[in-house]
Amino acid sequence: MTTSKLGPVNNWEDDFDILDGAYLNNPFEIWDHLRNSCPIAHSDRRGSNWLPTTYEDITKIAHDVATFSSTQVLVIPFIESQSFSYENINPEVLGYGAPPITADPPLHTWTRRLILPWFSHKKVSEYEPLTQAICKKLIDEFSKRTTIDGATEYAQQIPVRVISHILGVPEDMTDIFTTWVRDFLEFADNSENRFNSIKEIVLYLIGVIEERKILISKGQHLDDMISFLIQEQNNNPEIDDAIVLGMSILLLIAGIDTTWSAIGSALWHLGKNPNDLLMLKQQPEIMDTAIEEILRAYSPVTMARVVTKDTEFNGCPMKQGEKVLMNFPAANRDPKVFENPETVNLKRKINRHVAFGSGIHRCGGANLARMELRIAISTFIDNLPDFIVDNDDDVIWAGGQVRGPRKLPLTFIK
Amino acid sequence: MKIRVDESKCQGHSRCYIIAPELFEVDDYGYSHSRFETDIPADLEEKARLACENCPEFAIEIAD
Repeated sequence: MTTSKLGPVNNWEDDFDILDGAYLNNPFEIWDHLRNSCPIAHSDRRGSNWLPTTYEDITKIAHDVATFSSTQVLVIPFIESQSFSYENINPEVLGYGAPPITADPPLHTWTRRLILPWFSHKKVSEYEPLTQAICKKLIDEFSKRTTIDGATEYAQQIPVRVISHILGVPEDMTDIFTTWVRDFLEFADNSENRFNSIKEIVLYLIGVIEERKILISKGQHLDDMISFLIQEQNNNPEIDDAIVLGMSILLLIAGIDTTWSAIGSALWHLGKNPNDLLMLKQQPEIMDTAIEEILRAYSPVTMARVVTKDTEFNGCPMKQGEKVLMNFPAANRDPKVFENPETVNLKRKINRHVAFGSGIHRCGGANLARMELRIAISTFIDNLPDFIVDNDDDVIWAGGQVRGPRKLPLTFIK
Repeated sequence: MKIRVDESKCQGHSRCYIIAPELFEVDDYGYSHSRFETDIPADLEEKARLACENCPEFAIEIAD
């Protein structure tokens, strides 16, 4: 079991570390323990952070956006000496962060309304054939083999290609995007790499936006999402260049390792539970509840909030500037809300999960994520033989901001 | 049975629409609205209860 660079955890109540090896591999027991003993843990590693573990606490905090601001959503903060004022980039260029995810109302409200129609059911269904074709092509490449890495050869390849299409950026950039996003979110303890990754993302997107502006000014019709934001600048003076850049950063980052993680976790679950794999193959009509159950049981995303004023929350003295880690994955394992939460029941009828968050920051891309997850799983099980996870010791889980398998050896049973 | 979506609570999770598209419609922003102002068809009552019990924002109201 690996320990994080900050050393082993001896006390989860007062000194938790979400990058500790035990937490990455099996956070469920730690949450159960904390829910009974605490239920809000605290740690001074990586700044002063609170970690709620109950559904009630987490959804309450999510709804109190005046006390718990979204202006700092990173679970692993940047180190203080790092700022965006470096070569070629004016610090003001990122003045808004990446709205709407890093914004509070009113900035959050109107920036969110701009992008929501791009992820409506109707719009998302237009990306379905493309997603299917991506999945099919990946499967064709390995369908003759007996083993694959389900994480890197399949799950990882899907969402990044779909979002590249939506943003109108070339598919040959997908490996680079994946590296940037992993350096930014997954390997956040390596602060130099992380800083370089966000710098690369910013410089790349500044270039893309400049290029699109020139094409649009020449009268070219572009129907990708970044071009849409640029063209909306004519209708709304509030959409300045920093808003376009910040929103583009969000759109690039948010849909890559999150959905990849969910697809990987789904494959892991099916590879570990042959009865569930068989049931899903024989009863495709349960796919909708199966998807929601996978999202509940293996929720990938934890976001942060920053406390705006000293407050006491459920007995905890939270000080202005401290962070709260929005442990949606733990909320979804709360036995007060979910019957037998540790049991993954693909037919679970009542499942009020908050894998996509709760309140005004509900994941804007949720419909896209669900569609990708559904198509990825159904295409996989429809076109390939049954499969198993041979050896759990070979599986590598990432965690922190986004939890999911990063190495997932699957063996096909011919 | 009558159903209503509390627009001040709905955050567009779409859970009700996925469970019961016969009862709910979603707009371009993802917000859900009931298709029925009057009593819903009796054979959809079970689906209405399920939609209500799966809403993460407790936004669906049912009146028998």
